[in-house]
Formats: sequence, structure tokens, C-alpha cells
Amino acid sequence: METSQNIQETLSSNEIMLNLTDLKKVYPTPNGDYVVLEDLNLYVKKEEFITIIGHSGCGKTTMLSMIAGLNEITDGKISILGSSIKGPGPDRGVIFQSPSLMPWMTAMENVMLGVNKVFPHGNKKEREDICKYYLNKVGLSGAFHKKASELSQGMQQRVGIARAFAIKPKVLLLDEPFGMLDSLTRGELQDVLIEIWNKEKITAVMITHDVDEAIFMSDRVVMMTSGPSAKIGDILPIEFERPRSRKKVLAHNDYYEYRKHLINFLEH
Amino acid sequence: MKDSLLRAFRFLGLGFLEPVVRLAAGEDSKKNVIQIFKKVLAPIASMILFLGIWYTGSKSLYNKEANYAIEKTRSERGDAESEKTRDCIASGDVSCQPNTLPSPKQVWNSFQLLLEDHRQISANKEAFIVKTSALNKKRLEQGKDPIVYTGRPSFVDQIKTSIKTVFAGFLLAFLFATPIGIIIGLSETLRNSFNWLIQILKPVSPVVWLLLVFMIVKTLTKDSTGDTSYIISFISVGLCSMWATLVNTAVGVSSVDKDYINVAKVLKLGTFQKIFKVILPAALPLIFTGLRITLSVAWMVLIAIELLAQSPGLGSFVWEEFQNGANDSNSKIIVAMFIIGFIGFLLDQIMLTIQKLISFDKGSDV
Repeated sequence: METSQNIQETLSSNEIMLNLTDLKKVYPTPNGDYVVLEDLNLYVKKEEFITIIGHSGCGKTTMLSMIAGLNEITDGKISILGSSIKGPGPDRGVIFQSPSLMPWMTAMENVMLGVNKVFPHGNKKEREDICKYYLNKVGLSGAFHKKASELSQGMQQRVGIARAFAIKPKVLLLDEPFGMLDSLTRGELQDVLIEIWNKEKITAVMITHDVDEAIFMSDRVVMMTSGPSAKIGDILPIEFERPRSRKKVLAHNDYYEYRKHLINFLEH
Repeated sequence: MKDSLLRAFRFLGLGFLEPVVRLAAGEDSKKNVIQIFKKVLAPIASMILFLGIWYTGSKSLYNKEANYAIEKTRSERGDAESEKTRDCIASGDVSCQPNTLPSPKQVWNSFQLLLEDHRQISANKEAFIVKTSALNKKRLEQGKDPIVYTGRPSFVDQIKTSIKTVFAGFLLAFLFATPIGIIIGLSETLRNSFNWLIQILKPVSPVVWLLLVFMIVKTLTKDSTGDTSYIISFISVGLCSMWATLVNTAVGVSSVDKDYINVAKVLKLGTFQKIFKVILPAALPLIFTGLRITLSVAWMVLIAIELLAQSPGLGSFVWEEFQNGANDSNSKIIVAMFIIGFIGFLLDQIMLTIQKLISFDKGSDV
């Protein structure tokens, strides 16, 4: 943590997109307060992709939903470009673990729901073009008008990705977005996500359980200690060049060093 | 052709005819014959079994009544008279038939008779309208009310009246209970504050509702001379049946999947959009389940309410027949019973079809 603080001091404040300072979350229970997060400090630079890894129940999702504004902050501060967040808002796009599409709407309508909100001034054609652009990007050019309930899990999550990018958020929050998919689909969707991200370079915070996913996707892997009172345990910068290819990453010598480092942390 | 036919059948709730269509189209004959046996012949067999039990049951009840009548005459008036009674019963003379559960055949005959009666009454009515049309025109010019047919309504007319009443009641329940259910569902405070009222009023019997409505409507319509029994009965039907919709709507609206709500929050949808684009569509399956229950409850209580409110319809038909005690009254009551059941089933099918059309949740066809 000391290292992270030091780096932060050397960065000028306008390079930091998202900043969590002394974040604390307490859930009251019948047996007294339960402290989920305490003294959590983390910053994310502009155009940075970080992943958060840690044991189940350590408070990763709590932290992410606090950033999203869906969960109240007990103490501390979350700020985007220097200003504190107040509740949820379209400057933070969220991709949930379950696709969370409205099953009664088509793929297009689902994406449109957010686009309408963010670009209320554009005409219908323009808004539709935005939706189409992102649906094409996630490989759903043939399924614009399919009902969400008719799409497979993988395709639904593609719509979820399109919906999140289409509102052009400042920060993208991903809560184990591929956790419910089989490993083949997961690989495909990682490629889809990273490809669209390479273009848009939206600051992203992603929770994952998958060490390989974390190394492949992110610039830094943030390791959280186990709860209660979870905080940042360690941060591992991943120095691979972008755009990355899975093959090259896997063949790189550092890959196994990174992997060992992460697994070591998780096992202790 | 075949596929669209199958889809149409399934849509209309005639899915059991699927193997027949497939067989006719020349598909795998062995599999389809088995399917026909399962889906078509087995229900027919159960129908035959049902009629058989009905027939034997009514026969034995008939014999019991007949023997009792013969024995009674014997003990009261001697052997000769009892022989006469026996012959009278055996001859099928209407004057001495035992009054008990009618056989399927008697019920069928009554059904035919009722239809015949309907044809006759309709003919009378038409003749009456033709006859009075000239006179009515003149009365209209003089500013008088036209003369209307006031003869006895036929069985079919009673059915029509009943359906009209049930739809008026259902509409009332729908217009009243859905908006209230939505409002209550959206606000936890309102839900908590009105819960006691709903829980207490929900189990109240149709009869009591009828009396309550009667008290209110009677006073409200003090100045009017018209027949209020129809108004009373449809309002009572609506009040009895609306609870299912109210509770289901409130539950549906308040228990929308947290994920959908989170999406709405993250996208910062306005209240209006949140309600109409997210919450209502998500709650629609439950709302519809409520409406289906409401319609079937409405149909069920309608008969009792018509009977008590003296308003025309199937309920008063049944009651009049029961009071009538004529020879074929019992079989007419059974006819009414089947008609009531059949229409109830039909109404439910209609609701199911509408639900399939507008709801996203295609899985719920229970």
C-alpha cells in the first residue's frame, strides 16, 4: 500500500480517473457491526484497466457496487476526476455478473434504454446508429431484433457489454462478467471485450476469480486481503504491451512469474 | 402448412391434436399412434368412464327413490295402490317420476329442450319487434318510450346476461385493483399501511360483499326508478374478485428482480421510464396470474350473487329451477352446471391466450 501511495504522489491529479480514499463499509448485524472494508485506498489512472482479485466474500463486489453508487459508503470517499460520487449515474457503466437484460426487450431496445438516457438530444436515427455500432462491435450484427430471452447466455452478455460501452461512461465497472459462462465462451468474450476496450480506452475496474483472465486483461492486478476489514493487499503491474494477443502473452517468460506471484498471494 | 397449423392449434389450446396432424402429414406413424392414444384416446376413455359412473349412480338413486315411493304407498294405502304406483313409474309417466339425480340422457334431452325453447323465444321476440316497429316509430315521434319485449328470457339469454355481468365486474376489478396494486407495490410505506385492510377484506364472503354493496347502492339510487339488481351484482362480483389482482400486482411490482432495478438505477432512468419500461413489464406475468384468478373467481361468485341479488342470469336460472321443482328441473340444473363449467374454462383459456400474447414469460402456462 505504501508503494501505491508513493506512486500516487508522483502522479498529477488530473491523470487519476477514479480514486478511493480511506473507504470503509460496515454492515450492521444482530451481533454487532460487521466491517467489510476498512482503510481501503486505491487509485485508477485514466485509460487504465485494472482487475481485482481476492477470495470469495472478501468484499470485492461490495467495493464495486459502492463505486457504482448502488451501495452506500459508510466512511471515506470515492471520487471521479476529483469530484465525489453521489449515487449511481451513467458516468459509470456496469456490466453485471448475470447479463441483467430486460428479457421482454430486443437486444437493440436493451442498448437503446441507456443510449436514450445519455443522448436525449440526438434524433432517433443517430441513437439507433450508436446502438448498431456497438452491437456490431460485440458480434451481434444478426441479432438486433431478437428478444433478449431468446439469446444464449454468452450472447446476452455481449449485449450487456454493448449496453455498457454505448453510454460512453467515464469508468467501466465489471463484476465477474464472464463468471457464469463456459470456458470457451469466456475466452471469446474476453477477446470481444478487450478488442472494444482497445478502441475506447475507458478506464475499467474488473472483478475476477480467474488468474489468467486477470493477467491477460489488465494493466495492474489488485489483490485484496480476506475479510473482515479487507483492504488492498498487493498490486502487481502487468507490463505486457497492448494490443495483446493471447498467444504472445502465454508464450512470454514473465507470464509464469506473474501467475506465480498471484497464486502465491491467494494461497496465503 | 403443417407447422403453421400446429402452431395455431397450440395457440388455441388444442395442442392435444398435434399427433393427429402429424400422422395426417405422414410423419413417423408408430410414434404418432402412441401419442394419439395418450393424448386423444385416453381423455375419451376417461369421459366414457365418467358418463358410466354417472349413469350407474343416477340409476341406483332412481331405483332407491322408486322403491321408497312404492313401499310408502304400500304401507299407507295397501298392495293394490302400490302396484299402481309401480306401473306408473315403469310407464315413464311424468306425474309419478322419482325426483333425484338425472341420468346423462335426461340431461342431454333437457339441453335440447332448452335450445328449442330459446329458438321459440327468439322467434317470438323477432315477431314482436316486427309487429311493434311501426307503433314504436309513432311513439318515438310523439316523444314516448318505445314498447319493449318483456317476455321470459331464454336460457341462452341468461347465459349472455351472466357473461355481461362477469365482464362488467371483471373490468371494474381490473380498473380498480391494478392501479392500486401498482401504487402499493411501489411504496413500502403504503404497502405496510394498507396491508391490514387487504388481509382483513380478502377472505370476506361474497354474500357479505353483496349485502354491503346493496346497502350503499340502495341509498345512492334512491331517486332512480330503474332496476339496480344488475348494478349491485356486477359491483359485488368486482369487489369479491379483485383481491387476487390487487395482491398479485403489489407482489409482482414489489418483487421485481434486483438486477433489473440496478440496471435502471445505473442508467438513471426517470421514475416514469423506470415504471413503464422496467417494473411493469417485469411484473406482468404475476399481474396476469392475478387477473386470471380474478376472472375465475368472478365467474364462480357470479352464480351465487345473481342468485341472491335476484338479478337475471345463470344464477337466478338455477335458483328458479330449484324452486320450480318441475319434473325436468334437476336435469336443467345439471345442464346449467356444465355450461357454467365450460364457460369458466373458456374464459380461462382466453386469458391464457392474451397472457401468451403480451407477456415475455412464455413458460407459464399452468
